[in-house]
Amino acid sequence: MAERSFATEVQELRLGEGEEFRGEGILAVTKGLLQSGVAYVGGYQGAPISHLMDVLGDAQDILDELGIYFENSASEATAAASLAASVHYPLRGAITFKSTVGFNVASDALANLSSGGVLGGALVIIGEDYGEGASIMQERTHAFAMKSQMWLLDPRPNLTAIVDMVEKGFELSEASNTPVILELRLRSCHLHGSFVAKDNRKPSFTIADALENPKRDLSRVVLPPASFLHEQEKVNKRWPAAVQFIKDNQLNELVAPGERDFGIILQGGLFNNVNRALELLGLSDPFGNSSIPLYVMNVTYPVIDDEVIGFCEGKRAVLLVEEGQPDFIEQNIQAILRRADATAKLHGKDLLPVAGEYTPAAVTKGVLAFVQKYAPELLDQDRLPTSTLPATDPRSPYAERIAPDLVQGRPPGFCTGCPERPIFAALTLAQREVGEHHVSADIGCHLFSINAPFNIGATTMGYGLGSAGAAALNGKDTSSRPIAIMGDGGFWHNGLTSGVGNAVFNENDQLLVIVDNAYSAATGGQDVLSSKADNPLRSTKHSIEKAVRGVGVRWSRTMTNTYKVDEMRDLFKEALTSTEPGPKVIIAQSECTLNRTRREKPLIAKRIKEGKRVVRERFGVDPETCTGDHSCIRISGCPSLTIGPNPDPMRQDPIATVLDSCVGCGLCGENAHAAALCPSFYRTEIITNPSRWDRMKTALRHRYIGFLQRGIERRLAGIDVAP
Amino acid sequence: MTATTTSPQGIAGRLRPITMAILAMGGEGGGVLSDWIVALAEDNGHFAQSTSVPGVAQRTGATVYYVEIFPRQPGVEHQPEPVLSTMPTPGEVDIVVASELMEAGRSIQRGFSTPDRTTLIASTSRTYAMPERTAMGDGRVDSSRLVEAALASSQRFIRGDFARIAQDTGSVISAVLFGAVAGAGVLPFTRAQFEDAIRASGKGVEPSLLAFSEGFAVASKPAGKSIDITIGARPADLPDEGPDPAEVQRAIDNPGSLVGARLQAQAVRIGADFPAESRFMLVNGTKRTAEYQDIAYADEYLDRIATITTLESHGDGSNVLTTEAARYTALWMTYEDTIRVAFHKTRQRRFDRVGKEARIADTQVMQVREFLHPQVEEISDTLPTGLGRWLLRSKAMNAIIHRVTHKGLRIQTTSVWGFTTLYILARLRPIRRRSLRFGQEQERIDAWLELARSHAPADYALATEIVLCQQVVKGYGSTHANGLRNFNALMGAVPVLAGDPRAAERLRNLRRAALADETGQQLQSALSASSMSAG
Repeated sequence: MAERSFATEVQELRLGEGEEFRGEGILAVTKGLLQSGVAYVGGYQGAPISHLMDVLGDAQDILDELGIYFENSASEATAAASLAASVHYPLRGAITFKSTVGFNVASDALANLSSGGVLGGALVIIGEDYGEGASIMQERTHAFAMKSQMWLLDPRPNLTAIVDMVEKGFELSEASNTPVILELRLRSCHLHGSFVAKDNRKPSFTIADALENPKRDLSRVVLPPASFLHEQEKVNKRWPAAVQFIKDNQLNELVAPGERDFGIILQGGLFNNVNRALELLGLSDPFGNSSIPLYVMNVTYPVIDDEVIGFCEGKRAVLLVEEGQPDFIEQNIQAILRRADATAKLHGKDLLPVAGEYTPAAVTKGVLAFVQKYAPELLDQDRLPTSTLPATDPRSPYAERIAPDLVQGRPPGFCTGCPERPIFAALTLAQREVGEHHVSADIGCHLFSINAPFNIGATTMGYGLGSAGAAALNGKDTSSRPIAIMGDGGFWHNGLTSGVGNAVFNENDQLLVIVDNAYSAATGGQDVLSSKADNPLRSTKHSIEKAVRGVGVRWSRTMTNTYKVDEMRDLFKEALTSTEPGPKVIIAQSECTLNRTRREKPLIAKRIKEGKRVVRERFGVDPETCTGDHSCIRISGCPSLTIGPNPDPMRQDPIATVLDSCVGCGLCGENAHAAALCPSFYRTEIITNPSRWDRMKTALRHRYIGFLQRGIERRLAGIDVAP
Repeated sequence: MTATTTSPQGIAGRLRPITMAILAMGGEGGGVLSDWIVALAEDNGHFAQSTSVPGVAQRTGATVYYVEIFPRQPGVEHQPEPVLSTMPTPGEVDIVVASELMEAGRSIQRGFSTPDRTTLIASTSRTYAMPERTAMGDGRVDSSRLVEAALASSQRFIRGDFARIAQDTGSVISAVLFGAVAGAGVLPFTRAQFEDAIRASGKGVEPSLLAFSEGFAVASKPAGKSIDITIGARPADLPDEGPDPAEVQRAIDNPGSLVGARLQAQAVRIGADFPAESRFMLVNGTKRTAEYQDIAYADEYLDRIATITTLESHGDGSNVLTTEAARYTALWMTYEDTIRVAFHKTRQRRFDRVGKEARIADTQVMQVREFLHPQVEEISDTLPTGLGRWLLRSKAMNAIIHRVTHKGLRIQTTSVWGFTTLYILARLRPIRRRSLRFGQEQERIDAWLELARSHAPADYALATEIVLCQQVVKGYGSTHANGLRNFNALMGAVPVLAGDPRAAERLRNLRRAALADETGQQLQSALSASSMSAG
C-alpha cells in the first residue's frame, strides 16, 4: 500500500470520448496509456513518477477489465528487460522510472532492446529529476537516448500535449522499430490541468496471444552477426523511418515562422517558460501567440535536419534554448547548419546559462540579450521585467532586502516519529563510546542522517550500493571497521547481491545496517518483498535476515524495535567489536511512521466513536527543570521537539518543548535514558473512554496525591504571593 | 484588491495570469491549500494550473507550491487555453503565502515577494530551523527583523499567528491561510465561493470553516493591527517576551508586593540596600533560593550579592554587575539535584500544566510517566558528605545502583507509589545542606564571586563577564560535567586576560566559543589562541 491512495482519482481513468479530464500530469499519462491500447506496464517507483505506479496499483480493476498486465518491477533493469515482450510480438508495452538514475540501472537491457529493435510499441516514461527539488546528480537523459539510439520526446508541459505524445510515442516506436523515451519534467508530473479524454482501448494483441503463439527471430538477438546488422539498421532504416513519421505527424511545432528574420528553437518542455519570458518582454501573449518565430522541438532526438534548416532559412540568427549540459542539441544543430552552409548565426549557451535549470527568469535574461542584439526596437526599454535588472539595482527582486543570516536552510529530514531517527541516535551514542567510524550511506530516507543533528555518512554511491560503497575500505590490519547503511528498498533492488553477497564473498569486515521500515518509504511507501502488510496483488513478508543468511552471512541480528535506543547502541557496539570475520549485519526493523499513521488513524477514530478505551501518548518537557542546553535536540532533531520561550524570569535561553504534533513514539524518553540526559522529559498517557477501573484508580490517586500536594504548598506558604 | 491582481490586466496593461506562490514545509498541507485554490478558480470560471516539487524534497523540508489563475472570457466559446508557467518568476508574483515567518523571509530572499507587486500573507509563528534548535544557548533568529524585512519587501504584509489559530480551532494551518487569502481580497472570488471549495473537499469541513473564518478576520483587519508573535523576540507593536514591565516596576517601587509574608524582611532589605535595576532579579532570586532550601538560604543569597553591590562604584552606573550576579548566583545556588527535580515534578501546578498541555477533557483520564536516570554521582550528591563519599568509593553499592538504574527508571508520578517515591525524595531537602555536592557548589560559588570581586575595581567589564560565564554550566549528567569543565577553563583564562584592555571582550568571545559545541573543541582552540596572544 502506497503512502498516497488514488482510489478516487482513478475513476478519472474511466472517462470516455469527449469528457473533460481534470487532474495531475501523472494521472493524465496513465489515461494516455489506457487510450493507446497498452498491453503491459512495469516500472520502478521514484519521484517524480512514483504516482504513476501508485495510480496503476489502485486501478487494478480497470486494468483487469482491459486485460492489461501490470507489475512493480524489482528494479529499473527488470522493467527495461520486460520490454523484451515487444521484440517479437505486436504488444504495446510501457515502463516508467526516475530519469538518469533509472537509466543507469536500466541501460544494459535498454541497449540490448534498442539494438535488436521492437515490433510492438515500447515506451519508456521517465520522470526528469532536474533543477529545483531534484534529489539526484544533475545529468541529462539525452545522453542515454543518443548512446542506444532511442527517440526522445519532450512535450510541452500541457496535459493535452503530453497525452497526445503518449499515443504518438507508441506509433513512432512501431513505425521505426525503436523504443521511445517520453520525458516528463519534474513539475509536469505534478502539473494540475485538463484535457479532453478518449475511450480506453483493449490491446488488440494480448499477453495470452503471445504465450500461445511463441515466436523467435534470430535476427533480433544481440549476437554477431546480427549485432553488426542492427547498427546498420539503426542508421539506414530506423532513423529515416522515424524522421519521416515525425515530419508527417508534425510532432514538432512552428509558431509565426516567417514573422521575423530571427527566431528561437526550444525544447518542447521549456515552451511555457520561453513563452512567459516573451510575454514579460512584450513579445508574446498568454495564449502562446509569439511574435517571434519559434521552432518547438517536442522531439529532441533525433533532430530533424531539414526542419531546422527550413526554420533557419532567411534568418540572421536563431537562439537555441536547451536546458542542461553538455549542449548536445547545440552541437548537433551547429553541425547541421555548417553542412548546409546556412548563414544564420546560432546562439545558445553563449547567451543562456551553461548549466542549471532554465527557469522563466533565466530564460528571460537570455532571450532579452538575444533580442537586444537583433531587434532592440521591439523592446519597451524602460519597462523591462525587473528580474532582468542587476541585483545592485534597488528595483531588482534580487536586491538584498533581508540579511542572509535571517534565512536558514531547511533541508528535508526525518518525519516526526520516524523509526529511523532512533537508529542514528543510537549510532551517535555508540560512536561516542567506541569512536568515529567511516560510514557509507545509501539512497533513501535514511540518507537524511548526513544532515544535522546526526551528521553521519560520508558517501552515497547509488540505490542499494551503501554496502558496496564500503567494499574497498576493508582494512585487514585495523580494528576500526567501516559502517554501511542500506534501506530495505535498496536491499531488494540490488543490495542483496551487490552489497551483502559481495561482502560475504570478499570477506568484508563491515558492519551493515539494513533499515527495514516495511516499505520503499522515500519513494512514497510502496511495498517491497519484506513488507509486513498483506498485499492482494503481491507476495510480501519475506525475511531480510533469512535472505542475508542465505547468501552466507554468519553474524546477523534483527532488532524489531528501533526505538529501544540503549539496546540499539549496545548492539552497534557489539557489532563494531565482534571478532567474527565477514560482514556483520544488523536489520533495524520498525514501520515507517507516515504509513503507520495513515493505516491506524481511521481505526483509532473508529474505536473512539464506538466508546472503546483508547490510549494516546505524547511527550512533554518540564520548564522548571529544563536548563535550555538542548542536548536532547542534538541527538534527535525531531520536528516536534523544538524550543520555546523560557517561563523562568531568571533564565534567558529558550527551553526545549514538545509540540502537539508529537506522536509519542518514545524516542525522547529512550534518549533521555540512553544518553543519561535530563529528567525533564515525561510521557502523558491520555485515556479516552476510560474503564470504570481507570476512573476508580484516578479518583483514589487524586485524593492521596492531592493531600500530599497541599502539604507541599503549606511549606511554601509565605514565600511567594498567592496567585 | 490591488489592480495587478483583481483583473489579469498586468501593470504593463498586458493580459497576465494571477500568480501565487505558497511556501510551506513538507507535511504542512501546502498541497491542500493549492488544491483548494485550484478548485476555487476552476469552479468559478477560471483556468488554473498548480505545480509542486514532489518526493523526498517534501519530507519536512521547505517546499514551494505555485499556482497560476487565468479568467475565461465570459460567453466566449472554445476559448484558447492559456500557457501558464510551472515556476514562479522573481518580481512577478502577485500573492505569496508563507506558513511560517522564516519561510516568508525565504520568499523575500528568492525574490518572490517584492515591494512593487506582492501581497505577502504569512504566519508570524516560527518553526525553528535546525541550527536554531541545536544551539547550546539562544540561537533563535530575531523575528522582529524578519517582520521588518517582510514589511519592506511587500506591497502589503498580512500577518497573524495562523499556527495558533489552527491549533485553537482544532484545524490545520492551510485552512487558516485559505481564509487569510480570502480576507485579503486578492482573488476575484467571494467569501461564499471560498467556503464552497472547503465544503467540496469534504474532509474536516466544520473545523476547516471555523479556521477559515478566523483567518479571514485577521486578514480583513487593517494592516499592522493583526500581528501577534507567540515566540521569539517581538517587533515594537508586540508585548515583549520575558518579564512583565509592570512587575519589574513593582519590584523597584515595592518589592514586598511580590513576595509572601515570610520574605517581607528580605524584601525590605532589597528595597534599601540594592540598586533599582537589580531588584526584579533579586526578588526572584530570593524566592527561588527560599523555595529551594529555606529562608536562611535566601539570606545567604542576599549576603553574597551585597558583597558585589559594594563594587558598583567602579561601574558605569548601570548596575549590570549586581543584576547579573543576582541572576546567576540564584541559578547556581538552586543547582539541579534529584531533590529539586522531585520537588518540581510533584507540585500541583505542574500537574495542572501537564493536563492543560494534553488538553484533558473531563471524560478523559491522564497518567504521567517520568524518565529518570539517576547516576551514582547524583545519588551520592544528595547524601550527607561522609555517606556520599563512601557510596562513591563502594564498588558493591556502585554495582547495585548501576543494576537498578542503568536502564533508567520510569516512575508513574500519577500513581500512588510513583508519587510517594518522588515525594519522599523531595522531602530529603533538609539533609541537602549536609550533602557532598552542596559543600562543593558553595565553594565553587564563593570562588567564582571572589574572582569577579577581585577584578571589579580594575576592570568592571571583566568582572561582569566573569559573572556571565556561569551561563555555560547547565544540564545534567555528562552535559553538566562538560559545562563545568568549560567553566573552569574560562575561569582559568581570566588571570591570563586580566590587564588587557580588551579582556572583557576576549572573555566574552571565549564564552561564546564554549557555547558553540558540546565537545569544547572550539573553546580549546580559542583558549590556545588567546593564551598565545597574551603570552
